[in-house]
Amino acid sequence: MASLGKTDSASDSALGYSTLESGVGNVILTSADALLGWSRGQSLWAFPMGTACCAMELIAASFSKFDFDRLGVFPRQGPRHTDVMIVAGTITEKMKPVVIRLYEQMAEPKWVIAMGNCAISGGIFYYDTYSVVRGVDQFLPVDVYIAGCPPRPESLQDGIVQLRNLVRAESVSPGVRYRRRTEIPLRTAPAPTTPAPAEPASAAPASAPSKDPA
Amino acid sequence: MTTTFAATMASIAEKFKSAVLADSDGVADACIRVEREELLGLATELAAKGFDQLEMVTAVDYRDRIGLIYRLVSATLSASLVVRCDLPAEQPRVVSLAGIWPAADSQEREVLDLFGVAFDGHPCPKRIFLPDDFCGHPLRKDFESPTLIRRPDLI
Repeated sequence: MASLGKTDSASDSALGYSTLESGVGNVILTSADALLGWSRGQSLWAFPMGTACCAMELIAASFSKFDFDRLGVFPRQGPRHTDVMIVAGTITEKMKPVVIRLYEQMAEPKWVIAMGNCAISGGIFYYDTYSVVRGVDQFLPVDVYIAGCPPRPESLQDGIVQLRNLVRAESVSPGVRYRRRTEIPLRTAPAPTTPAPAEPASAAPASAPSKDPA
Repeated sequence: MTTTFAATMASIAEKFKSAVLADSDGVADACIRVEREELLGLATELAAKGFDQLEMVTAVDYRDRIGLIYRLVSATLSASLVVRCDLPAEQPRVVSLAGIWPAADSQEREVLDLFGVAFDGHPCPKRIFLPDDFCGHPLRKDFESPTLIRRPDLI
């Protein structure tokens, strides 16, 4: 599934991350940040940079069964119309300048999702390859990594939701964006609790479950 | 014109002294092994005899030589045929067959790109897959590149 970093699930409220605004900007600016971040996150138009089999899952995600429209994600074939580039597939050395050029044509603010193992690290082409770039993050600033070969459309949806949290936490004031990006608490699974020490079997009642799920 | 495949092969064997025929054994197709000096003449003769479709051009690196492989199909003879031609491993060079079968154009560029075989008389002798500034021919067994990472269990 998509992963961004460490998290605190308590801060995952609808317009959360207000604590991040402390010491930055003022009341007007932080209110504008909240509104702009919310509206940007609700309509992330996607540029499908599909180069290999991950593009099949990307296409499936866009159609009726998974329906990315309800997340506000519309695929657009022109990079100038889009906010997020979804790199779905293997990027070869020959394709790299094309990807860079398309990324440069996208208007700011823009984000990048690396979808699939090939876009993350080269995947199965990591070894013994003469033509494959080992990860799109070697030349693009990737915001969300989605592992899988290929990932399910549900994983891509989860990546969009996590990217939306990231977009909401950004600021309109220049210079704040990148500093704050490192501070964002993001949602992942809660940390596993340490298992309780085993108790003597005679201490537990016979009717209770014999094993503590925690 | 009604000519059988066997009759065509017999006439080929008479005409080209370096051609070595191996009949089909039911699994592998019939095969002609020819020296590269006679390759153009043989290809011209085969095209005239009815082998009008070139299915595939590929190559094998045997380390001491480069083996070129042409797969031909004839609709009129209802037969398929493999033509093999060995080239030296050092600077392999052979005549282009793109003038006889246009399908050879892109496939010979592929062999040029990945094996480094030079095709004389090719209409566009450039790389087809890899970038033009790429160094080396990656399907050669002695290919080395600073960006190559070997799989640990194969070293």
